[in-house]
Amino acid sequence: MDSFRSKIIPVTSILAGVVVIWYVFAVILNAPFQRDLDSRANQSPGTVEFIGKTLSQPKPTLPAPHQVAVNFFENTFLRSITSNRSLVYNAWVTLSSTLLGFAFGTALGIVIAVGIVHVTTLDRSLMPWIIASQTIPILAVAPMIIVVLAAVGITGLIPKALISTYLSFFPVAVGMVKGLRSPEIMHLDLMHTYNASRSQTFWKLRVPASVPFLFTSMKVAVAASLVGAIVGELPTGAVAGIGAKLLSGAYYSQTIDIWSALVAGSIVAALLVMVVGIAGRLVDRAMGGRPA
Amino acid sequence: MTWLKPSWQSVLAILFCLIAFALGAMSKPEAAAMAEPTATIVYPYMGTKGLILGLLLVAALVSAVRLAPIVEAVILFIGAHAAAWLLIKGIGGFEGTALAPYFLALAAAWLLAWRCVALLSSLRPATSGAKTGLRLIIPAIFGAWILIIWEAVTRGAGIPFILLPPPSAIGARIANSLPILGSDVRQTIFKAVLIGYIVGNLAGFVVAILADRVPFLRRGLLPIGNMVSALPIIGVAPIMVMWFGFDWPSKAAVVIIMTFFPMLVNTVAGLAASGHMERDLMRTYASAYWPTLLKLRLPAAMPFIFNALKINSTLALIGAIVAEFFGTPVVGMGFRISTEVGRMNIDMVWAEIAVAALAGSVFYGVVALIERAVTFWHPSVRGG
Repeated sequence: MDSFRSKIIPVTSILAGVVVIWYVFAVILNAPFQRDLDSRANQSPGTVEFIGKTLSQPKPTLPAPHQVAVNFFENTFLRSITSNRSLVYNAWVTLSSTLLGFAFGTALGIVIAVGIVHVTTLDRSLMPWIIASQTIPILAVAPMIIVVLAAVGITGLIPKALISTYLSFFPVAVGMVKGLRSPEIMHLDLMHTYNASRSQTFWKLRVPASVPFLFTSMKVAVAASLVGAIVGELPTGAVAGIGAKLLSGAYYSQTIDIWSALVAGSIVAALLVMVVGIAGRLVDRAMGGRPA
Repeated sequence: MTWLKPSWQSVLAILFCLIAFALGAMSKPEAAAMAEPTATIVYPYMGTKGLILGLLLVAALVSAVRLAPIVEAVILFIGAHAAAWLLIKGIGGFEGTALAPYFLALAAAWLLAWRCVALLSSLRPATSGAKTGLRLIIPAIFGAWILIIWEAVTRGAGIPFILLPPPSAIGARIANSLPILGSDVRQTIFKAVLIGYIVGNLAGFVVAILADRVPFLRRGLLPIGNMVSALPIIGVAPIMVMWFGFDWPSKAAVVIIMTFFPMLVNTVAGLAASGHMERDLMRTYASAYWPTLLKLRLPAAMPFIFNALKINSTLALIGAIVAEFFGTPVVGMGFRISTEVGRMNIDMVWAEIAVAALAGSVFYGVVALIERAVTFWHPSVRGG
């Protein structure tokens, strides 16, 4: 764990620096409004008192870290999980469509990759369009997909999950194509000398070789999937979910709520990436991989 | 039977054509006309039904004969596309009345086009010009067929306009509302995206150089950067809108934040990409930090930097458009999409999406072209 120890001091000191800068900016950004308030109330507080006030506004321009932390703690641990103000509840709503979309996206990506590797026509005609599909800002299409599907009568989880699917299939497809093609000519020739059929080569050589690529791209895909789910919640009229929290916070200028929703989203993202990483390591070990 | 070599696509296409013949009427008016031979009912494909199915049959039969692949491909190309064109043209005015034979004919035409693409992709042309041509034609046919099937199915099955307008209607809408689209592009792309993209990438690049100079910063920033790139940064959009107002600066700020971290992480990774040998060589030349950076490490980092630029080109567009959902002046692509969805002008939304897709592809393409020019030495560009 030498590398871990050599990292921990720089990382924590930079994080501490970020927090300090955050406080400084919180004071600077909230000061004009506070000065306004004070002059209207005919008060002239001292510097320390003034700074204290800027850091405890109910709707600050930039909430101070401790305000966000308190709000996050209240909404996560002190509320009942079923309350729609609970961050756990909202995170769960987002997480469920993220996971569904991620599952769809991974399956779709793998199917496309298998098709591309085995059918020359698909390789030549589909690959350029898959790349082009990602230059389309799909998130811009998200509201329409949701409104249109709602018009057909499909609401709830599926439309949001579809957006997650679209965002997450691409990394998986590209990574899997690379992974399925990663066996060297030598290994393929060896399979050939064994008189292995195409499906045997696929299951015994190509699939095992592609597993590390699959998990690397799944890490990217799961993060993209979460972004898709959050943005997918924006145009649904903000019922529940982290995206809905962001939107309602923006409507009512509840900046502290926005920030704590952001923190919740980041924690979910970090957890998802971590889970995929751990799963990847477990599979790698089960397959007899040695730490490189 | 050495002169026969049927492919499964052509066999299926012939089968579909025969079933279509057997089923008879292509559309509901035609079925009505057949039921009442005395009445004069105008129906689609009065004169062209035989032509369409005949074209498909002939093309499929010819393709089953052993011919030079290029000849076969040309015949299939002409047959499939002429038939598809007649099919789409004929349904005009009779939307939503198509019956099973219509879709069978469409499927047959699609199968022939697939066969054509399969033939083309098996070709191994000798000249590089022909190779480039093929590399462009094959995906082009694929893309064209997405549009053809979209158009034929939406019009044939009469899918409500609100759900999915046919591409021709979207095209007409684009042509009719060029000024609006133009002002949206100016607001979103030329102001928010470009400015944010340039500033964000430059900032990421400068911080990466700084981190390279100060190892303490690098060790601290890299894990943070890696973690941040997995976070849903798009969520800062409402905050930026609150800070910088409704106009383009808030969108540019979102773009800056979104593009900063990919650039930082990739540049730092790229600066570590030059080999020990080359760095040792620079040392033997007594080259100082800056000359080594400029002459060896930055050029070696270029593939990584361009990778970030490409990732960012997509992120920038997404960031700017999504940030507009949170509040904007009455112009901009994200604004247009969200309001026109509310007014059920779905064709305008699709027009906007088409423009966004085009802009995204052009943006990506320009970055990729610059990359080819700058990293001409890289194996992936030399095609080695």
